[in-house]
Amino acid sequence: MVTLAKTGNEVMAEAMRQIDPDVVAAYPITPATEVVMIFAQFVADGLVGTEYIPVESEHSAMSACVGAATTGARVMTGTSSQGLALMYEILPIASALRLPIIMCEVNRALSGPINIHCDHSDTMGCRDFGWLQIFSENSQEAYDNVLQAVRIAEDPRVQLPTMVTTDGFIISHCMEKVEVLEDKVVKDYVGEKRSPYSVLDVDKPVTIGALDLTDYYFEHKMPVVQAMKDARQVILEVGEDFGKRFGRPYRFFEKYKLDDAEFAIVALGSTCGTARVAIDELREKGIKAGMLKLRVFRPFPAEEIAEALSKVPNIAILDRSDSFNAQGGPVFTEVRSAMYNLKAKIINYVYGLGGRDINVAQIKEVFNQLGQADKMPLVNYLGVRE
Amino acid sequence: MSKLMSAKELLPCDMLAAGSAAEFETGDWRLGEKPVWHPETCIQCLICWIACPDVAVNVKDSKMTGFDYKHCKGCGICARECPTKPNKAITMEKEK
Repeated sequence: MVTLAKTGNEVMAEAMRQIDPDVVAAYPITPATEVVMIFAQFVADGLVGTEYIPVESEHSAMSACVGAATTGARVMTGTSSQGLALMYEILPIASALRLPIIMCEVNRALSGPINIHCDHSDTMGCRDFGWLQIFSENSQEAYDNVLQAVRIAEDPRVQLPTMVTTDGFIISHCMEKVEVLEDKVVKDYVGEKRSPYSVLDVDKPVTIGALDLTDYYFEHKMPVVQAMKDARQVILEVGEDFGKRFGRPYRFFEKYKLDDAEFAIVALGSTCGTARVAIDELREKGIKAGMLKLRVFRPFPAEEIAEALSKVPNIAILDRSDSFNAQGGPVFTEVRSAMYNLKAKIINYVYGLGGRDINVAQIKEVFNQLGQADKMPLVNYLGVRE
Repeated sequence: MSKLMSAKELLPCDMLAAGSAAEFETGDWRLGEKPVWHPETCIQCLICWIACPDVAVNVKDSKMTGFDYKHCKGCGICARECPTKPNKAITMEKEK
């Protein structure tokens, strides 16, 4: 283990170098550009054996990833915002074909208005496409999550594409201390990729992506349903094993001062770092504040979240994107649904759209307002000039 | 395909055994006319086999042996391209 100073983008590229995937197809987009740009340099320098396919768009990038993955290759890519949106058409094809493609996704607001800063609208926009989605609070988690994503996605019980996200600029461009494993350790950890099929296997020919109408489409979606359910156990196993090997265990979420909390927030990504400070300061004043930091959004760990929050009477869900559904953000609607049988008061705060900063004082104000949650609107917009 | 398979009977993704299109009897789309082969006139040039857009001309040991009506759409290209004169070795006839 080596301690390095690296940005989120640098450390994702470093993880990709150590994984040494067979194929990377990518198109640059702010703020994810560096992930694939640095990796392209690794290819040019001969540090990896990867076939790097520079393409003319993200639509082509994901199409090339799907094509490469059907041969059984280990395939990775990276993108953000509009780039991810341009991939949308191909993303559910990757999951339907059970291709464990790994994507380094840097969360950035969807246009319009055009914006390059962090919110989660891009990732949330493809939450129902059969991809696993793992959020990272900092560069260390981004690194650890990318390594684990290979093991999770390629597990025979899963075989689904997986995106690991960081928050644009906040993590992607912020230099932090990161503990990086030795190359050989990573090589052994990810191992050789094994695929249940390959379109290049002439002894076992298959037809993929055939037309499925009313008679078979539904049946062909059921394996994705089952794999997403089975992924829950695999994520736990891989996270526990990662902890045993390298000292940093992972689960679906992290509980921060939650067990005796009277007021809790649920958040994802970099905001959790800010929230820890707010919670620590409130705890010093005797306020029982806590947090559930959600790491895995797909599959959604509904039962486990309900269990973890079962004793908390007042809960605020922080969403860094809005569903524009007139009833709150995506994390809110799912957590609230998971908590349907419990009596907690649950309200929603949509915050940080387009990279609008969220600070310690604002999070403390959320906790303050939770003290009178009954009087608060169901959905609140935090940090906006209304 | 007669019996529809359940999700568990299928391969575990959007995938099928190769060559399964042959099991899908698309000839039931055929409209009105079908090609009829007249072996007594046929010169075995195999132009019909080359021209058929649906691999519906049966060939065995390099000889035309008739039509695969389970997949023929009745487009008539084979009859049009058949070069034998004055009598064509393939003619289009009304379906009964």
